Amino acid sequence: MSIFVNKATRVICQGITGTHGAFHSARCIEYGTNFVGGVTPGKGGKVFDKDPAGQPIKNPNGDAVSLPIFNTVADAMDEVGVDASMIFVPPPLAADAILEAADAGVKLICCITEGIPVMDMVRVSEVMKERYPRSRLIGPNCPGVITPGECKIGIMPGHIHKPGKIGIVSRSGTLTYEAVHQVTNAGMGQSTCVGIGGDPVNGTNFIDCLSAFNADPNTEAVIMIGEIGGNAEEKAAQWVAENMHKPVAAFIAGRTAPPGKRMGHAGAIISGGKGTADDKMKALRAAGITVADSPADLAKALKEAMAAVA
Amino acid sequence: MKIHEYQAKEVLRRYKTPLLQGRVAYSVEEAVNVAREIGGEVWVVKAQIHAGGRGKGGGVKLARSIDEVRKHAEAILGMQLVTHQTGPEGKKVNQLLIEAGCNIDHEYYLAAVLDRETARVAVMGSYEGGMDIEEVAAKTPGKIKKEFFDPSEGMHGFQARRLALAIGIPQALVNKAAGLILGVAKCFVEEDASLVEINPLVTTKDGGVLALDAKMSFDDNALFRHTDIEAYRDVTEEVPEETEAKKYDLSYIKLEGNIGCMVNGAGLAMSTMDIIKLHGGSPANFLDVGGGASTERVTAAFKLILSDKAVKAVLVNIFGGIMKCDVIAAGVIAAAKETKLQVPVVVRLEGTNVEKGRKLLDESGLKIQSATDLTDAAKKVVAAAKG
Repeated sequence: MSIFVNKATRVICQGITGTHGAFHSARCIEYGTNFVGGVTPGKGGKVFDKDPAGQPIKNPNGDAVSLPIFNTVADAMDEVGVDASMIFVPPPLAADAILEAADAGVKLICCITEGIPVMDMVRVSEVMKERYPRSRLIGPNCPGVITPGECKIGIMPGHIHKPGKIGIVSRSGTLTYEAVHQVTNAGMGQSTCVGIGGDPVNGTNFIDCLSAFNADPNTEAVIMIGEIGGNAEEKAAQWVAENMHKPVAAFIAGRTAPPGKRMGHAGAIISGGKGTADDKMKALRAAGITVADSPADLAKALKEAMAAVA
Repeated sequence: MKIHEYQAKEVLRRYKTPLLQGRVAYSVEEAVNVAREIGGEVWVVKAQIHAGGRGKGGGVKLARSIDEVRKHAEAILGMQLVTHQTGPEGKKVNQLLIEAGCNIDHEYYLAAVLDRETARVAVMGSYEGGMDIEEVAAKTPGKIKKEFFDPSEGMHGFQARRLALAIGIPQALVNKAAGLILGVAKCFVEEDASLVEINPLVTTKDGGVLALDAKMSFDDNALFRHTDIEAYRDVTEEVPEETEAKKYDLSYIKLEGNIGCMVNGAGLAMSTMDIIKLHGGSPANFLDVGGGASTERVTAAFKLILSDKAVKAVLVNIFGGIMKCDVIAAGVIAAAKETKLQVPVVVRLEGTNVEKGRKLLDESGLKIQSATDLTDAAKKVVAAAKG
């Protein structure tokens, strides 16, 4: 078991003929993701069989793969059946791509694109709530979601993951890899890892993931990685205190970030004295979560959290 | 991106926001001419810098004669204006806004921002406008009234009237105030702003409602569709290194410490700063080289870090996901050679092609220490910076 994605998940890529879309689709297919096609408007009828370097695309068995390209997500849905879409469409068109996937009935939409105008996401978020409540958006500006050994949707390096029982949810990309790496090195593995993205307005949040991990019989404990800005971590802490029956370890990035400066992610900014790392760490600790002071101690904090309930 | 008050007022004028007559001036003579053009008996001379608190810092003066306009313009133009938002070094005033005076009855606060929690636009107002709004927000948050709206729908008239009444605008002026509020809400959405702040919004003794001040900033990700706003960019207000970084798609923020950092990913970059501090050091910058960075980009990042003379040591922390460790290593080596590297560098690589990357560094013949993990890297670079 796992959350959101597994071996059976049928995946397409929107923007599959772009450099990044093609490169990462190839990596996902190599990893063993059940990839069924791609979408690029105007390129319907062509096939996806080479990566941007001109190399043939292969599955984990080394067999050459050739996948159909469609003009629209609706066509892909009709022809091959789609459970999940990975979006690599450029920022000005990404909001439209998300809604296209939702309108075609795609249940899991994973938007990797970074730099989408926040007002576009505000509109997308409202429309998805009103009209497409059955579609789940992960991201934007995120590394994606992976169930090790089964399905990788996104840009994370597949080889650092190992199938196991630790759920990971994070607002940051490379910091998630750090957590995965530490968990794998500690001899444990991951059930599913979800990057929820660093933008101020996103789809799936911490609570959605924590609640799914709580219900997943294969997840034993969770690492949650937050950062400065907003109050998503505080809300998640409250949810954990009231609902979570599995151990949770956490880390908050940005303790040393000065107020008023945007730390790379559009969402990572301390404004009006709110959203500081110290406030968040305090809220997490008050909820019984083990909080690591150092990003090098993510696996250590996890072990402590697990030992405390054992 | 931030813009100046006079620019914000140009934008607001397009949304029919009632404003005082006024114009920007770049010299004392121009300031005097603008005042003459406006006419009347009272003028306000306002420093134009990208920071709040100008009034308290002495950057806003009332003039009751043309001579006084000249006197204030001479004093303010070219001064290093220090406010609670500029830092101790202050900001040089390169332009002034000369405006007509008015007879203020009461000062209110009005602002539009994104509310992350509801993913909607929040329009906030308060009876307690003027210079101490931050204190009001901190001590008596109940005095800040809010309305939320979905940008596809826009703010409704009744919401604007409700807000105007809630903040105590006199009944007779509610419709005027609501018009101004709706204009601000529309402007926020259409221009992809991240903040529109009118502080103060004033009612006047002759029954007017005016935006006396205006502050605006914009979503950098949306500037591609607002070339007119992009044209307002004032590079003299920006940190030169940060402007340089943007050319290479690097995200760079200058800080006070002496350990330069080059990291991939914003979260890991913040954590790297945190772990340096945890081990007794102080980061000189935040720098995210991003995902698919090339050798050129890494070289540019390296040069940028080394251009800060305070930097005594550099920590490169890369978790190769999309980026391959050997590409990073090649970039570090190229930059080290090009900049004739003087300071010690600690490199921590992890991920794709890590062995290849470490081998390149080891065989480069340069003084680069490699670290096995994050803690090791932090300890080594803190020690190196202490020399």
